Amino acid sequence: MSEILPGSAPIGLQSIPVPDAPPIIRLVGVETALLGRQILDGVNLDIPPRQITVIIGLSGAGKSVILRHMIGLTRPDRGQVLVDGVDINLLSRKGLYAIRDRFGVMFQTGALFESMTVFDNVAFPLREKTKMGEGEIREKVDRVLALVGLPDNGGKYPDELSGGMVRRIALARAIVTDPEIIFFDEPTTGLDPIIRNSILKLLCDTWREFSFTMVMVSHDIPEIFNWCHNLVVVRAGKIAAAGPTASILALEDPFVQQLVTGDFAGPVSLL
Amino acid sequence: MLRIFERVGAGALRGINLLGDTGLFLIESVAYCFVPPYRPRKIVEQIHFIGFKSLFVIVLTAAFTGMVLSIQGIHTLRKFGSEGLIGTVVALSLIRELGPVLSALMVIGRAGSAMTAEIGILRISGVIMALDAMAIEPKKFLVSPRLVGSVVAVPLLTAIFVVVGIVGGGVVAVGLLGVNAAEYTGRMVQSVVFADIAGGFFKSFAFAILIGWVCTWKGYNTQRGAKGVGNATTSAVVAASVIVLVSDYILTSVLL
Repeated sequence: MSEILPGSAPIGLQSIPVPDAPPIIRLVGVETALLGRQILDGVNLDIPPRQITVIIGLSGAGKSVILRHMIGLTRPDRGQVLVDGVDINLLSRKGLYAIRDRFGVMFQTGALFESMTVFDNVAFPLREKTKMGEGEIREKVDRVLALVGLPDNGGKYPDELSGGMVRRIALARAIVTDPEIIFFDEPTTGLDPIIRNSILKLLCDTWREFSFTMVMVSHDIPEIFNWCHNLVVVRAGKIAAAGPTASILALEDPFVQQLVTGDFAGPVSLL
Repeated sequence: MLRIFERVGAGALRGINLLGDTGLFLIESVAYCFVPPYRPRKIVEQIHFIGFKSLFVIVLTAAFTGMVLSIQGIHTLRKFGSEGLIGTVVALSLIRELGPVLSALMVIGRAGSAMTAEIGILRISGVIMALDAMAIEPKKFLVSPRLVGSVVAVPLLTAIFVVVGIVGGGVVAVGLLGVNAAEYTGRMVQSVVFADIAGGFFKSFAFAILIGWVCTWKGYNTQRGAKGVGNATTSAVVAASVIVLVSDYILTSVLL
């Protein structure tokens, strides 16, 4: 089984000690086919707690599908998805939702309600999932909006904001409930390099403040290597490599090297 | 030959699947209406959207429907020397048939299409998946309030349609075509019985469920971007309208 080995210091996060603890999420022999095509083919993966783990790979390799399995949005044909040792695919809807109450999710497009203001979007999970009063909600939302650098934008609507701002609002919504585990599905896709790095730094700063478990699907190579403890390399529905960032970058596997360097010459030839 | 059987079989299986999916969708959505949190604010919003915001079109349609009924009715009844029955004709037509059916068709066109489009856009923009990921049951959040809103608003709109239609018919019959006002109302009161009103109400209640069901189902299962939303909306309006008309025939056959 490919395992992420906690403990080593990633580039850019050397000053932060990472805990040595059993995996919080574990995928065991996960297989999924869609419309006759094998999307995931025997995926074994451990996600260590309170660390940033980034899943990389070619487009269509199955990265987002792995993320969706972890959240329980997709059920595998075979295998197990364990969160703290509990197979989430054996849970009732209520049980699954109880697990998801510990999650925060930020989707690629933000998935915000266009008809709601920024404030209402961020307040949404608090209003729906907690018994907090409006005063308390206002205080918390204002604090989170300040954290993502958008303190005076609560009254605006998502379509009045830039792409980078929308992602930051989505991040604010994902962290407002103080989740234990946050999933990011390509949070910086389509953004310019400066905004992209700002968002990645913001994610890292947010992690430093809250130390949640962060699992991210990303195409931001090589920038992402500065912002994660662990790397998971996915190739054609399988885990090609997984482990601490530095050790993955040092691997001599031709595919991994081609992916992390972005070289057009290598085992994957598109030309 | 074998291929024909294969195609028929595949079509039948698709039909059974669709029935199962839509049936489960309705059962789940109705069941979620009784599970807390009840979100009364969202229900009131839907009643306002489906009901209050459809008032203008309902009043306008009802008035002209009543007026046309009066003209046509008197034209026909005069041939038999029975103009006095025009109040009865207008009232029974509106209460039993035109009120429930036309109200439902107007609601489908104005509110049902919007329901489908709104839910469809939430689907294609990933909000429905995000709701699910946030452990908020999307059907409970999006579908159940619309079903309740529809069930409350459509019968009320039908009642308004009938009243406005009768008044509109009366204005034409009494004001323009010389029918005696007392005769118009008197015959109406004599001939309309509770069963007529109950039947009309039952129909509008059934149509309300069908509208909410079809329009939210189509929106909830929207696929393939903006074009998909357009297709879902068109197909929701057509399907809901046809289903209302077909079920009207079935209900009329059962109720009469």
